[in-house]
Amino acid sequence: MSKAVLEAREVSLQYPGTLALDGVTFRLRAGRVSALIGENGAGKSTLVKVLGGVESPTRGSLLLDGEPIALRSVRDADSLGIGMIHQELNLCPNLSVAENIFLARELTTHGLLDSTAQHHRAEALLARLEHPIDPEALVGDLPLGQQQIVEIAKALARDVRVLMMDEPTSALSPAEIAILFRIIRDLTARGVAILYISHRLEELLEIADEVAVLRDGRLVAESEARVIDTRWIVEQMTGRTSAVTDKGPQAPAQAEILRAEGLSLVSASGKVVLQNASFSLRAGEILGFYGLMGAGRTELVECVMGLHQNASGSVVLNGQCLDGQATSSRISAGLALVPEDRQGAGLVQTLSVCGNMTLASLRQCTRGGWLLPGLEQAAAGKLVTDLHIRTAGIQQNIGSLSGGNQQKVVLAKCLLTSPRVLLLDEPTRGVDVGAKREIHEIVRKLAESGMGIIVVSSELEEMLAVADRIIVLSRGVITAEFDARQATGAALATAASVQPELEAGTRQC
Amino acid sequence: MLNSRQARWGGIGTQLFRLRALIVLFVLAAAFAALSPAFLTAGNLTILVKHVAINAILALGMTFVILSGGIDLSVGSVAGLAGIVAGGLIHSGLILRAFGIVIYFHTWLVVLIALLAGALAGAINGGLVAHLRVAPFIATLGTLYVARGTALLISNGATFPDLAGRPELGNTGFLWLGAGRMLGLPVPIWLMVACAGLGALVAARTPFGRRVYAVGGNERAAELSGVRVSRIKFAVYVISGLCAALVGVIIAAQLGAAHPATGETFELNAIAAVVLGGTSLMGGRGSVGGTIIGAFVIGVLADGLILLGVSEFWQTVIKGLVIVLAVILDQMQQRYSRRAAATRS
Repeated sequence: MSKAVLEAREVSLQYPGTLALDGVTFRLRAGRVSALIGENGAGKSTLVKVLGGVESPTRGSLLLDGEPIALRSVRDADSLGIGMIHQELNLCPNLSVAENIFLARELTTHGLLDSTAQHHRAEALLARLEHPIDPEALVGDLPLGQQQIVEIAKALARDVRVLMMDEPTSALSPAEIAILFRIIRDLTARGVAILYISHRLEELLEIADEVAVLRDGRLVAESEARVIDTRWIVEQMTGRTSAVTDKGPQAPAQAEILRAEGLSLVSASGKVVLQNASFSLRAGEILGFYGLMGAGRTELVECVMGLHQNASGSVVLNGQCLDGQATSSRISAGLALVPEDRQGAGLVQTLSVCGNMTLASLRQCTRGGWLLPGLEQAAAGKLVTDLHIRTAGIQQNIGSLSGGNQQKVVLAKCLLTSPRVLLLDEPTRGVDVGAKREIHEIVRKLAESGMGIIVVSSELEEMLAVADRIIVLSRGVITAEFDARQATGAALATAASVQPELEAGTRQC
Repeated sequence: MLNSRQARWGGIGTQLFRLRALIVLFVLAAAFAALSPAFLTAGNLTILVKHVAINAILALGMTFVILSGGIDLSVGSVAGLAGIVAGGLIHSGLILRAFGIVIYFHTWLVVLIALLAGALAGAINGGLVAHLRVAPFIATLGTLYVARGTALLISNGATFPDLAGRPELGNTGFLWLGAGRMLGLPVPIWLMVACAGLGALVAARTPFGRRVYAVGGNERAAELSGVRVSRIKFAVYVISGLCAALVGVIIAAQLGAAHPATGETFELNAIAAVVLGGTSLMGGRGSVGGTIIGAFVIGVLADGLILLGVSEFWQTVIKGLVIVLAVILDQMQQRYSRRAAATRS
């Protein structure tokens, strides 16, 4: 076995409220591709951030070639030959391809930018990636897939010894993935150590030499890639110690409460995000949507909420057609969404716990047009008790709560609007195991009370434990539907990796 | 984890820090009172508050705009425009050349029309920002020029003098808005008190006010909570336009004349009052009460420095330093409360 280039030894990282990494020891070896696997919130991205100098570990050490190193910034990591391709693209849309590739390490002659040299080097790099993108094109004008290629070229432009890729294929087509894999093989042949993160299990097994599984911030399993299969991975990822309690008996079928017909969405860059998705939800039912990153799960619930003006398709709630209605009207009609991005879309950080809770239902707290603090506090206080929200007081700043309790506040905000249908997008992302179980219990109670519930999740275990029925999306298309009692993790994972055929006339970048 | 004693002292420290604008105001007032016997006289204080009223009403509208995450640079020009509209209608009436007639309106109707002119300017700002998605800085900068130019066009660059009105035209009483007194206090002060009270109630105790805070704090979360973000944004600029127009009317009534250059650079004083009052330029955080205190800090500083005979040039320098200092303190409080929040969790 080749020697370890970069090693994390007993690394722990404490965030306010959660232990994101718990004593993780992990090695990257020269010329090998190590895959890091785990569910959302398991700590994959956090580990990458520690190895890349974005975050400093609370405890533990990093070693490069066996020597302890301290990474204080991305620049430190960069100067040691540790490169990173982020899950979110880190490109400046206002700069050209070549300018992006050489950002912060521009080629100069006598202190002046050498644009010609940058142009030629960029051209050569892109040719190696079999993507002759014009180095002078503005990055903002490129489709997402090509931006991803630029991001990869940017990492290659630095002479890296270690290259970490966090979900590099989420925006790539199969042909582009094949090219990326050839590049990875080329890099490993030259002794570069690769860290590869992806949710696509088949893809992982194809490219990885070794596999490590993270769960709840701990490294729970390691293996050579050639001796394992997707089933092993799913078992290790979800583990035996379940965070989820068993479901009770399935409620008797009730009347349909929500119907969506032919939901389609094409992104601004022309990529098909969602194609002709139709489904129906009954009162008291928990319908799960499972899919990988970029499968269109989030966009699906956003279309139901009316957040995409250019989406097509029809949504009927309790016999009332919602087409063309604004989000606020849909909320009045009885829809509510707990969004995926809690900080960016769920909470107003400048408002108190109470202010956040009552934001969607202020009308109920008014008499004669004036807000009455007493009514607000009564409404918020009741939900603090009902949902077991742990807070020093409802006038506290929302930022003082832990992730799980913040999520409960977003949930409380939705419940105060008395919704008929509740949409939950990744309801337990970034919350601890205890809060996760509580949220699952709340969801089940709400369903028992007759609310229709849609849960979007990329966690297999959550899907299987919470949902009554599961619909699987892959690249914007519904590829399978399961009764949760018959579904298995492997079956869901397979359906989520299906390459659906896109209708003629639409293009994928 | 803090023990209760530390928590209590930390809490008092935070409270004092939060009230820093008020403390600064009292310290300034006490200092000037000690240094100049003329400061704490009824005459001086009345003049002081009358000056503050102008800036406070402008800053009040500005507070709503800034709380929503925007900025309104046009308030000074809109004040000038509203003054010219009011002054012109009282002095020369509405001249309809095509019919060869001149219409004189009743005083209250004149005031209403002037306020509507301000609301219209605000509506243009609001439309540009909320619906055409023009950056607030740019949209209101444009309105700053257009409103000023319109004021100059209406008056042809001249001043409308003698706004006392004539009894036979039924348009007397305009000057009362600037120079009149109620219960011994000048009318502009009462107007400020009324506006500030109403503004504070609207901000703190109405769904609209709460939504302004929410839009400024996180537009997307507000949208997803059913807040009609563009309506809120539109409304705050209308409020700001109305406040600016009221100021324009008050100034014209005080002077008994309407000058098209009235209100130049007033927007800067208004923004300064808002910032001194602890409202974040990023939006979502602040209060009407803070703004009023901020306006008083600026007013007391100007008045006291004049009484002490400090040169006008130094006054300007000192005002600038105070504003920057206030913002630095604000940043410190932000960091402090964030750290306190992190320790608690």
